[in-house]
Amino acid sequence: MKIVEVNQENFEEEVLKSDKKVLADFYADWCGPCKMIRPVIEEIADNNDAVKFVSVNIENEEELAEKYSVSSIPCLVIFENGEEIKRNVGLISKNDIEKMIGK
Amino acid sequence: MYDVVIIGAGPAGLTAAIYTRRAAKKVLVLEAKVYGGQIVNTLDIENYPAEEHISGYDFATKLYNQAKNLGAEIVFEKVISIEANGKQKKIITTDNVYEAGSVIIATGSENRKLGLPNEDQLVGKGISYCATCDGAFYKNKKVAVVGGGNTALEDALYLADVAEKVYLIHRRSEFRGEDSTVSRLKGKENIQFVLNSNVTKLNAGNKLESIEVASTDGKVRTIEIDGLFVAIGRIPESKAFANLIKLDDAGYIEADEKCHTNVDGIFVAGDSRTKDVRQLVTATSDGAIAATEAVKYISNLS
Repeated sequence: MKIVEVNQENFEEEVLKSDKKVLADFYADWCGPCKMIRPVIEEIADNNDAVKFVSVNIENEEELAEKYSVSSIPCLVIFENGEEIKRNVGLISKNDIEKMIGK
Repeated sequence: MYDVVIIGAGPAGLTAAIYTRRAAKKVLVLEAKVYGGQIVNTLDIENYPAEEHISGYDFATKLYNQAKNLGAEIVFEKVISIEANGKQKKIITTDNVYEAGSVIIATGSENRKLGLPNEDQLVGKGISYCATCDGAFYKNKKVAVVGGGNTALEDALYLADVAEKVYLIHRRSEFRGEDSTVSRLKGKENIQFVLNSNVTKLNAGNKLESIEVASTDGKVRTIEIDGLFVAIGRIPESKAFANLIKLDDAGYIEADEKCHTNVDGIFVAGDSRTKDVRQLVTATSDGAIAATEAVKYISNLS
């Protein structure tokens, strides 16, 4: 499954109104640790249809970063029924991401 | 049963994997999080021989692919402890137990924290250990950097171009970092030095709002900031081995220039060992030495 890049316009539709649980990856191109985590998330996404995977480029989407108080990346936020239920800041292992989304 | 189990997939561990694989040994690398180690936080490496510029991410990825293509097995599990029963070593992770003829510890180090009560809760809410990752969140805001080494100085320089105001807080009157960086800092109008001072309190609601700073002469002041970048050094990741391996007072694994620990067949490479210069190039160098010594050790076993 692909990771969908979301923005201010479609965030509500893609994330808040999603039927599935959503993992949102807040990242930036200059952030090394973010680049390290991305392939790990892609690997999980390939084998998980129960969760939707989206990414938010905080450089382009300052308002979303501000709204969700993201001030340190990589930052993974799990949304369910439009609400944030979990968050991890910083590097994280594949196992721990899977625990976060409830494998 | 592996010939060599390497703990940690940073520059030291992955270089050790390259050398042990080229010696045709059966090699497993165990990594707790993601490969690369702390070099992935570096935007631009300028001091690695023959590479004028390379990002930490690119460096780590090339190294990882090189080790993998040579046939190193890389598994993402956290090591909890090692047991040494004579010639055989057991490596216990959160998920499995592995056996090996020799072990190379290349676990590196982690950020030293201030040790203030609400510090952990404020990570991502105003507290950061990586200026190049998070500096951009503080465009036209007020930030502080704590520390006096090169990382702190470079963080302050970087942040001065992004933030409205940068306070550089250091517990001594002189910086440990390079003079050239100090003079560049002095040229920045929006950097204010707060010397002979320690951060003693983090004031926060939902996120960090201000810090309390106490100077060595006993004066206490409050500085309003949006972000605090902590760069007060690193501590070695060695706790898991303390029952078996000799550490120095600071927690570094005691080793000689051949990367031997006090236990036969267990070697250490990179930032987690006792040494003077902790650089990318000395980490990879350690990896080569530890690997060569491990290969020698296994050959003598059989």
